[in-house]
Amino acid sequence: MNKCLVSLLLLANVMSASAETVFVTLEKDNAVAVVDPLEGTLLKTIPIGQRPRGIALSPDNKLLYVATSDDNTIKVFDSDTLNERAKLPSGKDPETFALNPVGDKLYVSNEDDSMVTVIDTAKNKVIKQIKVGVEPEGIAVSPDNHWLISASETTNMVHWIDIKTHEIVENTLVDTRPRAASFTADSQQLWVSSEMAGTVTVFDTPSRQLVQTIHFEIPGISSDKIQPVGIAIDQSRRFAYIALGPANRVAVVNAQTFQVEKMLLVGARVWNLTFSPDQKRLYTTNGLSNDISIIDLDSQTVTKSIGVGNYPWGVVAKP
Amino acid sequence: MCRSILTLFWFLFIFQSVANVSVAANAEQVIHIAYLTREQIPSAAMSNLDPFVPNKGFDGAQLAILDTNTTGKFTHQNYVLHPFTLAIDGSLVDIVAQQIAGKFDLLIVLLPSQDITTLADLPAAKAMLIFDAASRDDALRNEACRANVLHLLPSRAMRADALGQYLMKKRWHKWFLVVGSAPEDQLAAEALKRAAKRFNMKIVAEKNWEHTPDARRTAQADVAVFSQVDEDYDVLVVADEQGLFGEYLDYRTWIPRPIVGTQGLTATAWHPTHEQWGASQIQNRFQALAGRWMSEQDYGAYLAVRAIGEAATRTHSNQLQPIRDYLFSDKLALQGYKGNPLSFRAWDGQLRQPILLAAPRSLVAVAPIEGFLHPKTELDTLGTDQPESHCHWNH
Repeated sequence: MNKCLVSLLLLANVMSASAETVFVTLEKDNAVAVVDPLEGTLLKTIPIGQRPRGIALSPDNKLLYVATSDDNTIKVFDSDTLNERAKLPSGKDPETFALNPVGDKLYVSNEDDSMVTVIDTAKNKVIKQIKVGVEPEGIAVSPDNHWLISASETTNMVHWIDIKTHEIVENTLVDTRPRAASFTADSQQLWVSSEMAGTVTVFDTPSRQLVQTIHFEIPGISSDKIQPVGIAIDQSRRFAYIALGPANRVAVVNAQTFQVEKMLLVGARVWNLTFSPDQKRLYTTNGLSNDISIIDLDSQTVTKSIGVGNYPWGVVAKP
Repeated sequence: MCRSILTLFWFLFIFQSVANVSVAANAEQVIHIAYLTREQIPSAAMSNLDPFVPNKGFDGAQLAILDTNTTGKFTHQNYVLHPFTLAIDGSLVDIVAQQIAGKFDLLIVLLPSQDITTLADLPAAKAMLIFDAASRDDALRNEACRANVLHLLPSRAMRADALGQYLMKKRWHKWFLVVGSAPEDQLAAEALKRAAKRFNMKIVAEKNWEHTPDARRTAQADVAVFSQVDEDYDVLVVADEQGLFGEYLDYRTWIPRPIVGTQGLTATAWHPTHEQWGASQIQNRFQALAGRWMSEQDYGAYLAVRAIGEAATRTHSNQLQPIRDYLFSDKLALQGYKGNPLSFRAWDGQLRQPILLAAPRSLVAVAPIEGFLHPKTELDTLGTDQPESHCHWNH
């Protein structure tokens, strides 16, 4: 009996140690899909608000933030119970947003108003609105909490905003229709995807100078179908993974040499990416095939796809 | 009143965004763009649902100036639009000689096809790049093409191909072609016949719609009789660019068949129902500025300014030659809110672009339809491709 109890406890321990939950916003279902990526199953689908898109976890993984665009708010949930805790004053039509490393400030792109709104998450208050270019979309905070980056789609620029003063320090022209911006873990590089130009540009953060423009080619697919969006760069900056939209592939880029090493076929119109907490897997949202793909990063192969619902948009993984 | 307040708001907004930028102020470069249109007579519309908009196009150009100037404030470039309007019977040659020649080399025009040729052939136009933001004429892109003219909106051939691809996908192979009496309707019919041949469609019947003062034969009364043809058909394809009778066809035909062409399911560069690929953002911005839906001409003029802006930004120049070279190069990736980067075809100056297939209140499909392939870009499955082009110019 005791033995049995001990082994049960052990088993429970093992399970909780390796348990992982993936949350996926479903733009057309007004819901979030909850997925067990280890079992490869959709656990449940929870109504969340109108047109959910951007999604993020707090640094301690306790809170889940979801931009419900048509409700004009970012909702805050307990990430265990999924009970709603608060609604943040995000401004109109929030789509993408970023938290600072501490999690006390949240930065939202307001596409229609050409602004970035800064929100104090504890006080649930707007601290500042920063004017940027037309249709700001991609937004990122450097891990060293020095830079806030806003990329505006129609102005074709990244705006380097000093996170302390909230002032734009520099505007850098990038290729047509920048979508996502992502820092390397050491904050030394900024990667920006340009959807219409089909490129990813890499900048050196200290000098804010262009280091490299990465181009993608896929035999049999015309170049205008290669539309980079989501970017995920691993902790040690060995590999970067780029979602190529309607090319239905994730590009594996050597993040040291900037060579494209491999193309992984995922689902239709792959959009956003996130690592598993241990960085052993990558999860992709495939907007038009209504599923997510799981990529095993040791072997760099797609191991599973899981149907989640209509128009999967954003994805986060919670340990 | 409301519009001017909104415009003011935009200017204030742009002014403020500059104030926020702490980049050292370099000398500002000004890019002057002339905008020339001819006054129009309101056409005899069948319905008062769509009010006559005298300045279609101009609001689009203005919105693009505002958007482009946001970028310009960061790059120290300022875009200024100079509008000129010709009276219905005004002399094109005079207005160009007196107000445009020597002063402007970038010229956006919303003019009838004949005016475009006249303008492009003027000696002063040799030092101009003309952006045709309204025509759909195939001749202007073929025999009558000019090396100093770019075309922003899709040609009739591109539109007919878009429709043809969709009808082929639906396997609606048998067409009943109904053609209006205007010369433009004949041109539309020719483009449709070209597409039918291209996609192996069969035009099983063809009739001309005659306008007659006979009260028994009005569009409203006569369609059931008119639409009786010997062979069965899958779709009625109508060519009525003025909208004089096409709207009366639906629900009134002898046998129940869908209407496509210039009415019913239409092929268009832009449509109020279009909201994918960021389109809802520009639709919102346009509504806020103009207080109405964005028309095709507005979209054409918007793209013209944006193309100039893209070239001037990337080349850091306001000079004609570098701008022209950039626009004709394969570096251009113009964002047109239709899911593909847009660029100009080097052989005829046509902007390659996806085409929307829209019913009045729903977007049905976007061409190129999946499965129509091309060795360079699927966008070139629409319209006159390089090997078939009759445009031969010397740069």
